[in-house]
Amino acid sequence: MPVGNSKQSWGTLSIALHWLVALCVFGLFGLGFWMTGLDYYHAWYKQGPDLHKSIGIMLFLLLLFRLAWRLFNGHPDPLPTHTEWEKRLAHAVHLLLYLLLFAIMTSGYFISTADGRAIPVFDWFALPAYPLGIEQQEEIAGTIHWYLALTLMSLVGLHAVGALKHHFIDKDETLKRMFYAQKTN
Amino acid sequence: MLRKIAVSTFTALALIAALPVSAADYVIDSKGAHASVKFKISHLGYSWLYGRFNTFSGSFSYDETNPAAAKASVEIDTASVDTNHAERDKHLRSDDFLDVDKFPKAHFVSTGFQDQGGGKGLLTGDLTLHGVTKPISIEVMHIGSGKDPWGGFRSGFSGATKLTLSDFGITKNLGPASTQVEIMLDVEGIQQ
Repeated sequence: MPVGNSKQSWGTLSIALHWLVALCVFGLFGLGFWMTGLDYYHAWYKQGPDLHKSIGIMLFLLLLFRLAWRLFNGHPDPLPTHTEWEKRLAHAVHLLLYLLLFAIMTSGYFISTADGRAIPVFDWFALPAYPLGIEQQEEIAGTIHWYLALTLMSLVGLHAVGALKHHFIDKDETLKRMFYAQKTN
Repeated sequence: MLRKIAVSTFTALALIAALPVSAADYVIDSKGAHASVKFKISHLGYSWLYGRFNTFSGSFSYDETNPAAAKASVEIDTASVDTNHAERDKHLRSDDFLDVDKFPKAHFVSTGFQDQGGGKGLLTGDLTLHGVTKPISIEVMHIGSGKDPWGGFRSGFSGATKLTLSDFGITKNLGPASTQVEIMLDVEGIQQ
């Protein structure tokens, strides 16, 4: 199984990155939703947000690497059976998914650093604050963070529906290509 | 047109000047920040957590020769809560606590003053917080009064009271040691 991408197939690294990002995104959304409703005396009241922030920042680094890998390694062409509107819509959704992810991570960063505090990432390092000095920055950033996260999850839904449509209705290789790297072709 | 504006401005100024202002009326110097609304609440029963409201305004009336006639009113922007931790402040503004979107203001309007002598007194009044209005009493201490170096006259007080959060519909469980919050007021008024 080739590590790199070809014109016909995703390599194992791109596939692994895709599913790792997906896992992080679902995990962060679930954790974020759950932890904000916790009771003060819940064991995860403090741990939950710490973990959410740490994973979020690691995801940021992971996405940078993923984009760099895509840029330098290239990516497979759409299947010849894909219609023009499918290609355009898929491309737009992929672009928006990346943009939303970065916007959500940025807004999250500006919640936690609103008062100049750095964000500890696990016990490894701390990401320093960048002071913007906006009045009640944590409220504005928090609202943006929440609504963009909802938008992202809707778009993830559309992305998944597209993949399932290719698999079950068109019966093409689109979804399978994201599961295993092909040796042939 | 310009003359008209000038005339009406002058008339308005004359009217304001003619309003009855007693020598006992003071505006709280929140502009110069010689006043503060602070609170403290127990954290888990192990320490005191201090916070304050940064934006508020108010006025009071106090005549040393007739202290029983003292009055006070204060309006607080609940969103200006500040505990020196942005994420905590965000939580305090949420509907778990102050619910500032729904209740952006808290008010206190005095209904009576009981002079206890020696500059001490008990100020009673209605506090509206989190949409609930309840009578409270504030222990007040007159700190001092006199001319300021800039041509004005000032008078200052210290006040303290204790509120039970659930009385005002704030029911989020912070633990048995943290059901009450102590409010500390320090106000300096500039005579009008």
